[in-house]
Amino acid sequence: MPADYFPLFVMLVVSVAFAAIGVGVSALIGPRRPTAIKGQTYESGMPTIGTARRRVWIRYYLVAVIFILFDIEIIFFYPWAVVFRQEPLFLFAEMAVFVAILLVGYIYVWRKGGFDWY
Amino acid sequence: MNIFGIFIDQVIVDFVILIIRCVVWIFALLTTFAYIQLVERWVIAKIQVRIGPNRTGPRGLLQPLADAIKALFKEELIPTNADKLVFVIAPMISVATALLAFAVIPVGPPITIGGYTIPMQIADINVALLYLLAVGSVSVYGTVLAGWSSNNKYSLLGSLRAAAQLISYEVTLGLALVGVIMLTSTLNLNNIVSYQSNFGWLIVPQILGFILYLIAAIAETNRLPFDLPEAETELVAGYYTEYSSIKFAFFFMAEYINIITVCAVATTLFLGGYLSPVPFVPILGAPGIWWFALKVFILIFIFMWIRGTFPRMRYDQLMNFTWKAMLPLALLNVLITAGIIVFMQPGVAQAFAR
Repeated sequence: MPADYFPLFVMLVVSVAFAAIGVGVSALIGPRRPTAIKGQTYESGMPTIGTARRRVWIRYYLVAVIFILFDIEIIFFYPWAVVFRQEPLFLFAEMAVFVAILLVGYIYVWRKGGFDWY
Repeated sequence: MNIFGIFIDQVIVDFVILIIRCVVWIFALLTTFAYIQLVERWVIAKIQVRIGPNRTGPRGLLQPLADAIKALFKEELIPTNADKLVFVIAPMISVATALLAFAVIPVGPPITIGGYTIPMQIADINVALLYLLAVGSVSVYGTVLAGWSSNNKYSLLGSLRAAAQLISYEVTLGLALVGVIMLTSTLNLNNIVSYQSNFGWLIVPQILGFILYLIAAIAETNRLPFDLPEAETELVAGYYTEYSSIKFAFFFMAEYINIITVCAVATTLFLGGYLSPVPFVPILGAPGIWWFALKVFILIFIFMWIRGTFPRMRYDQLMNFTWKAMLPLALLNVLITAGIIVFMQPGVAQAFAR
């Protein structure tokens, strides 16, 4: 029922309002005396060298790609698990095929060192 | 007054009650956060043979209030070369998603006040479990945007680590719950609780799922054996290094509310939610909300205990652990659950016995 979700929408508005009021009140009553030194980023007390807008390690992207693969698997698992009791044998066989295909990819990533951090 | 006017009045009254419920809900959560945080400081102090906060008010009980006032009155620093808009929005995303996630959890059976039946949750939706995972995914944005917008190399590294860790453990977290859904055939948290009132707590058939969920939950909330994103010794403070005043408090708040939420979800799914462990004993038939609070607090205490006991893991061990050990175990849990359900089918067991 779409009406069930209305309270969540109200909750979203109230919690965003809470966050906004918190930031607003703090900005109003807190002191504000910016100086050049204060405006620097804190990197263990050393003078800041360059910016953080630089290339990052490729492996973070790799993890993101593997994550998408397995997260979609979970999205398939949920509706399957809800109806599983209606026809267990057939649904089990179906999911076994799907997971077997997925496991080939999983073993491939493992063998290629996709899960290793060095 | 015609019938239409009465209808409009009813809608307005319902709407006002809804808003009051939301506000009360948020304040209850914030109070719980404040005192959970104080109790944690006491517990950690005891474990480390220190005294802990005991100066503000009797036995330190006013410490959270003092912290809140201090956070509110501190100077707000925004680094000169930070992305200002994203820098301000990131903590708001973190705290708003943390508050939103808790809204679907039933903390007790509905109560009646002055003719109105008030459910002890904000929204009773039929895909609550999926909703929890979805909101959990959105909260990663707060972390990543905070690290990126600070324009600080340590923050950026911390947020990238956090993102990689959160999404890796989210896979196990989601998969560990599949066994529960298979047994109960529903994603609605109230139905899962009522299933447990008929068939017993799900921790018994799903002990593996419960353990996997708890480990993944500790990693999801960046707690100590897995607190690489904010490892003080190497990354200053991780993604919230540059944050001060209320914005820093928001990240802190989001972290603790997330801890309460994951423990509440574990309680609802595995420990019978607001059900009393022995409902037929009269004294133990206390209102459901007390049982719920007690179970959640026991789980949170385990979190504190783990924080005080274990050293921090290395990052490669952390990633290996979830991808190479927990993911296969979660799949195994689904397989075992499926096997049990198939075997319990009428006819299957007899066919094997023959």
